[in-house]
Parts: sequence; C-alpha cells; structure tokens
Amino acid sequence: MTGIANVKELFTRNLRQSGIVIAFVAIVLLFTILTDGKLLRPENLNNIILQYSYILVLAIGMVIVIIGGHIDLSVGSVAALAGAVSGVLVIKDQHPWWIGVLAGIVVGLIAGAWQGFWVAFVGIPAFIVTLAGLLLFRGVTWAVLKNTSLSNFPEQYQSLANGHINGLLGGNGYDVFTLLIFGLGVAGYVFSQFRARRKSIQYKQVVAALPLFIIKLVAVAAVVMWFGWQLANFKGLPIVLIILGVLVLVYSIVTARTVFGRHVYAIGGNLTAATLSGVKVKWVNFGIMLNMGFLAGVAGILFSARLNSATPQAGNLFELDAISAAFIGGAAVTGGVGKVSGAIVGGLIMATMSNGMQLLGYPQQTQYIVKGLVLLLAVAFDVYNKRRAGAR
Amino acid sequence: MASNILEMRSITKTFPGVKALSDVDLEVRQGEIHAICGENGAGKSTLMKVLSGVYPHGTYEGAIHFNGEEARFGTINDSEAAGIVIIHQELALVPYLSVAENIFLGNERRGRLGLIDWNQANHEANELMARVGLNENSITPVGQLGVGKQQLIEIAKALSKDVKLLILDEPTAALNDNDSEHLLNLLKGLKEHGITSIMISHKLNEIEYVADRTTIIRDGRTIETIDMSDPASTQDRIIRGMVGRDLEHRYPERIDHKIGDEIFRIENWTVHHPTQPDRVVVDNAGMFVRAGEVVGIAGLMGAGRTELAMSIFGRTYGRGISGEVYLRGEQIDTSTVSKAIDNGLAYATEDRKRYGLNLIEDVKRNISAAGLGKLTSNGFVNGNEEIVVAEHYRAAMNIRTPSVLQKVGNLSGGNQQKVVLSKWLYTDPEVMILDEPTRGIDVGAKFEIYTLINKMAAEGKAIVLISSELPELLGTCDRIYTLAFGRITGVMDVKDATPEALMTLMTQERRTSASAGREGTAA
Repeated sequence: MTGIANVKELFTRNLRQSGIVIAFVAIVLLFTILTDGKLLRPENLNNIILQYSYILVLAIGMVIVIIGGHIDLSVGSVAALAGAVSGVLVIKDQHPWWIGVLAGIVVGLIAGAWQGFWVAFVGIPAFIVTLAGLLLFRGVTWAVLKNTSLSNFPEQYQSLANGHINGLLGGNGYDVFTLLIFGLGVAGYVFSQFRARRKSIQYKQVVAALPLFIIKLVAVAAVVMWFGWQLANFKGLPIVLIILGVLVLVYSIVTARTVFGRHVYAIGGNLTAATLSGVKVKWVNFGIMLNMGFLAGVAGILFSARLNSATPQAGNLFELDAISAAFIGGAAVTGGVGKVSGAIVGGLIMATMSNGMQLLGYPQQTQYIVKGLVLLLAVAFDVYNKRRAGAR
Repeated sequence: MASNILEMRSITKTFPGVKALSDVDLEVRQGEIHAICGENGAGKSTLMKVLSGVYPHGTYEGAIHFNGEEARFGTINDSEAAGIVIIHQELALVPYLSVAENIFLGNERRGRLGLIDWNQANHEANELMARVGLNENSITPVGQLGVGKQQLIEIAKALSKDVKLLILDEPTAALNDNDSEHLLNLLKGLKEHGITSIMISHKLNEIEYVADRTTIIRDGRTIETIDMSDPASTQDRIIRGMVGRDLEHRYPERIDHKIGDEIFRIENWTVHHPTQPDRVVVDNAGMFVRAGEVVGIAGLMGAGRTELAMSIFGRTYGRGISGEVYLRGEQIDTSTVSKAIDNGLAYATEDRKRYGLNLIEDVKRNISAAGLGKLTSNGFVNGNEEIVVAEHYRAAMNIRTPSVLQKVGNLSGGNQQKVVLSKWLYTDPEVMILDEPTRGIDVGAKFEIYTLINKMAAEGKAIVLISSELPELLGTCDRIYTLAFGRITGVMDVKDATPEALMTLMTQERRTSASAGREGTAA
C-alpha cells in the first residue's frame, strides 16, 4: 500500500515538528526585521554559533534524559567542574592542552556515573539526585578552583570554541574549504534522504510526493549553503561547528536506530511494559545519566575555552537553557517523546532570541521574562495538542 | 407502565473523520436497571459521555430529556447537579485519602467558617457505607482496601450526591465472583429505593441476572431494546444483536489437536509478598504443560494467579522466591525478564494498558519491543525489516489499524491485545503464559483470541491460560489447575471438569490463611 502524502497530510501528521520549524523561521524573520538585518550578517551568525554551541551540546543530552522520563538539573555545575579541573591542569600545572580536554571529559563521565548510580541502582528520582548534584558539583568546583578564576588557556584549547579553519584550500575573499564541507554535508543529506525514500517505497510505506520531496530538499540545501556562504565570507568554518555537527549526527542515529535509543523511548513511554519486555531498565537509565555527564563535560570544555578562563560561576542556569531547548523542541513532559533534531531547533530558537534581544540592547530582565514565557507557551501548545488528539 | 426518567433522542456525535454515534435512541424507565451491551468501539462509552456532560451540549446533535425536562449539560458538574452520576471502569479514588475523604471529595461537608466538619463527614460516611454493605473504618486509606470494596465506595460517593440515575461502566470487570454478586445485589437493593441504574457490561450472565431491560448498540446505532422478562430474551439473542451475526460457537473448535511431550514444569514454587516478607503468596506450587496443550489456571481474585505467573517470569513479582523451573526437563534460569525470554518464556499481562503496551508508541515498535534483538545487528535496529515484521503480524493476527505507524493508544481493546500477543509471538516462545487475555474485549474479538490460542497450541507451543471466567477455561483448555489462597488445590481434565467442581476446589481454604485471599492481586 504505497501511498503518497500531500502537503496537508505531511503537515498535520507531525504538527509539533512542523510547528517548531515554522516558529523558528518566524522568530528569525522577526528579529531580522527588528535588527535591520543585523541578525543574519556573517559576523553575527558566526557569533551565534560560537556563543551558544555549549547549550546545543547540552540540549542533545538533555532531550535523551527527558525522553527517558527523567530530568537533569546538574548539567551547569558538571560543566563548571569540567572546566575547572581542565583549568587547574592546563593553566596552573602547565600540562598540555589536550590533557585538559581529556580530564574535562573524564570529570563529566565520573559525575554522570555517580548520578546514574543513584538514579538507576538506588532508585532515587533524577530530579532529587541532580538537584543534589547541582549543589555538590558546584561546591567541588569552588574547592578545585579555591574560589578564584584561572585565565589564559593555550591557543589550541581556546580555538576549540573560538577557532576557525580558514584558507586551507585558498579562495578569493571566501573560504573554499568551508564551502566544500557544507557542500559535502548537503550532498550527504540529499543522498541519505533519497536512499531512505527509496527504501520506504520498497517497503510500501507512505512517502511524500516527489515534487514536494524535492522542494523540501532544495529548500534545506539552499538555506544550509547560504549559511555556509556567509561563514565562508567571514572567518571560515568554526571548529566548534564541526564538533557540534558530529555530535548531532551521532546522537540522531543513536536515538533513532540503536537498541539503546529504542529502549530509552520504551522506558519513557511505559516503564513497566518495558521491564516486562525484557529491557534492562537499570542499565539504560545508567547509560542515560552517564551520557549526559559526558556531554556536560564537553560543554564545560567548550565554555571554558570560549571564556578563556575557568571560573567558579561558570555554567550558572545552563540547565534551564538545555531543558527549555528540549521542551521547545517537542519533548513530552511525561517522557517517551522527543527528537535530537527537535532539541537542536529548540536550542536555536533560544539562541536566536537571546542574540536578537542583545542586538536590540534589551536588558537582562526582559530577556529572562521573554524566554520564560516562550518555554511556557511551547509546552502549553504541546499539552493543548495532546488534549485535542485525545479528546475522542 | 412506569414513566421514563431519561430519554435520549437521535443522538449523533461526530469526531473528525468518524461518526461515533448516529441517531441513537435510549429510553430508561424510572426505577429500572437498564443494561447497555455492545462490542468495544460500538459507542457505549461515547453515549455515556454525552449523557454526563463530558461532551457538552452543542457538540452533539439530538436531545436529552431527564426527569421530563430538556437537559443541556455543559460539564459533568451540571449532570451531577441534576442527579446523574457516572462510575467509570477505572475508579476515580485517591489511594492515600481515607474512605470519608474520598466519598466527600469535591463535595466536602462544611461546618463553621467554611471549614470541613470531619466528625459530620465521618459519621455520614459510616451511614453511606452501611447502605452499600461495607463495614470499614471511615478513616482507612482507600488504597488498603481491595478493588471490590473500592467499587462500593464509588457507589457510596454517588449516593452522597443524591443520585437519581447511576451509570456504571463495566462495574464488575475487575471483581471476583463474590464481589460481583454483592455489587449486583446492591444495585437491586438501590432499585427498591427508587434509584435507576444504567449498567454497561460484557458479562451476559450478570445482565440476565440483574437487568430489567437491555439496549444493544452496534456500530454507533441502537439495534434494539429488549425486555429481559421476555423468555425470548436469551443470551444468544443479545450476542446476535451485538455482533450482527449468529455466533454458533463461542469457542472455536480445536483442529490439529495433538498433545506432545512435556515442555514446561515448575516444582516447589514458593513466593513471598514483596512488602510483607512473612506472607506466603504462592505456596509450594507445582505444575506442568505439554507441547500443544492449553492448561488453564482457575482461581478467585487474590488466589495468586498473576503473582505465580509474574514470579516465574523474571521474578517481576515478590521476593523470597524459591523453586525450580524446567524446560524440556532441563532446569532453566528465569531470574530476570531477559533470561526468561531467552529461555523461551513469554508472559502477556492481564493489564495491557499499564503493563503490556507503550500507548504513545506505534504498532510496529510495540510488536518489536520484546524481540528487538532479532531485528538488530551491531546494536543497530533495522527499521525497514521492523515494518515487514509488523505488517506480517498485522495480517496474521488481523489487527485492525489504518497503519502499523498508528499509535497503539488509538486502537480498540481487542486490537491492542492482538498487538500484545504479536509482540510475544515474535520472540518465538515455547511457553506462552496468557493472563486474562480476553479481559475487557468484546465477543467478536474474544473469538479471534481463542482461535489464535488454538493456533499457537497447534504449532506445538505450551500455553498457560489464566482466566477469571470459568466458561472460557472450560471452552479452551485441555487441563485446568485450580489455585486457592496461593496453593494448587487440584487439576482436572477438561472432560471431567464442571464449573461446580472447579469452584469447589477454588474455594478450598486452609484455615490458617483464610484472610489472605481478601486482598487484591495488584503487584
């Protein structure tokens, strides 16, 4: 029963996902107009990527935590601790930069394993475990840094968050390498989409009509290439964008196609049913928290590299940005629903709003109020949709 | 002739794309017990939601007259104010609140300064409990009482609201025979006091016992209303009306019926209560099942049937478990669910919505949930093969769904149960334990499930069938074990078994554990 879906069907079938993309486009347009186009200037686009990459890294882990039916309030403190340990090793003890990176990741893994132990094997709700972790790891951060900031990481370390790859293949005013990478990315995307579509038809599934499918691909490719062109015209390819790209790709596959990913959705959707289907719930929960610790470590390194210092206050309120990104991106409050791509779009919405409001010179208080309301409305929209769908 | 307390005329209710009710008429006379019968999805619950104001006036077509006046309920509160109280299949009680607190929840007895007068409330609660034949302390938390008593508390709650028309949706679905009988007699008692009842039920014996008239609904239409005192109003007539066809045999005939060697055996199986370690829930049980054999487990609520099954299946119930499990004569390890599955066991739970399915996930992912390993290489799931598998079971099990990508929560009860069975069949088990596989599903779907059970048996699987309905056990099993208060009290060949003989064994008490059977079976 191969079927062809029309525009309306495609749209309504995944209202939440299409809604989030439309909201993103609307927000970008709004701030573009308000800032007289400053938002989309090459230097600002570059800036958004460098400034908010760590939130997107956290959002990837957070959406998995939320799909599994948990929450993690400690990511900001864990990130701070990772940066702190790295700072002490690299700045104070003069170890090479990569020791700092490894140490930061190990710190994240240890924190994740610690919280995973309490959540999975002792059975304490993640809300409590990570609330404790929020205090615990913040305290350890202060102790490690002896209450002072450490500054001036080596150049290689800083370039993780601030550096660009430029001029590798030359180019006249625009970086050919950047365009090549973006070109390859788009080609890979188009190829995989075509392959998936062919498979779907082979397996007699409903697919989008061919013209519609091509329009969608062309639109995505055009936006991405334009974005690449803007970057190529400025400083070239940000290194952090490569890191982010790899993480998004890997975790999209992990959530959608691996057994682990499946089991996360299963325990978030119905814990008992998952247990009775042979899912090793404890180990899955442990894995979820361990992974969140890992990504918090990565985010901590990126943030310390961006700031060029390890400070005791680093990572304050990171958890709220990451949680907001996941929920705005369509994760369900009750667990079992959510997507990495959604969390990324949710994170970009938060980033665009913050950046746009900064360009307009809005004070911090306005930014908090607006972000709080956006989160509330996004989840309200989700709840409303569910109620409508479940009204029968 | 008595006057009508309720008249619903030409009720039509449409949801986007679906006409759930079309021109339904319902007349209920003052002071009668009126049963409503119909297959799942026929529109019974929708009709009751229209009546009780869940679907407010204006969202449906047609007219409702209650007590001679046109009723236009905007909310449930409106219908309750008029004296219509609905008791849903899933009880709406707060387990940690006391009996009195639950009875007056949302309807609190206020004293001075608008504060709650607990003396008054507890006193009234005792009176209400006496009316429904309950003898409990009004300050006992409801969660400590069994399901049967909770059901009675729901009725007491309705009485506290001066109910004129009581609607019960499948009131005995979760009750054992004694509790069911008590409840039905209570309804008859309320009738003497002028309270009219509407009862939605699948249990035809109960309808025959208690109802004055029965309205049959099929596919969103009224088929007929029959007077139960008429000798022509037989169960077969109701079934005919419900399914729209003659159901000659309620149980399919067994074909290819060969019983082979022993496959599954348990010995000395003892299980203790998870929170009360002294309490023995399953006491030294032993049983065996042969290839191609359907073996029933009969027992009243609280006998330990589900506890027995779940303790075997990955020790998902109880603690202090001892005993041996054998597969084809060799002892196997079933201490975790995955080990149990690997060793060829499957357990389809009695509560498919809570324990069996991920309702927010689609059909295909539910089917693959337990056998995901077969679709996996190097930790990656083959999503396309998964669709092939799901489509296979959709066809083989006749799962009625627009697509395997449909969320399981949108399917009817019978089709949900077929998804659960598909999930376990895909793990290719040797022993299939089915716990109340036909609970809450309609007559037509039951027949399909029985047919599937026969098919699994014909393929040489060993089937254990746990059921509260004796006719079901007698109609589908080869042998039946009886379980009473955690002990296996006997085993009968189906040829020799009668309901009376089984019931005798099922109620065979050991004096020391007389109280154990009164608790619910919830894990």
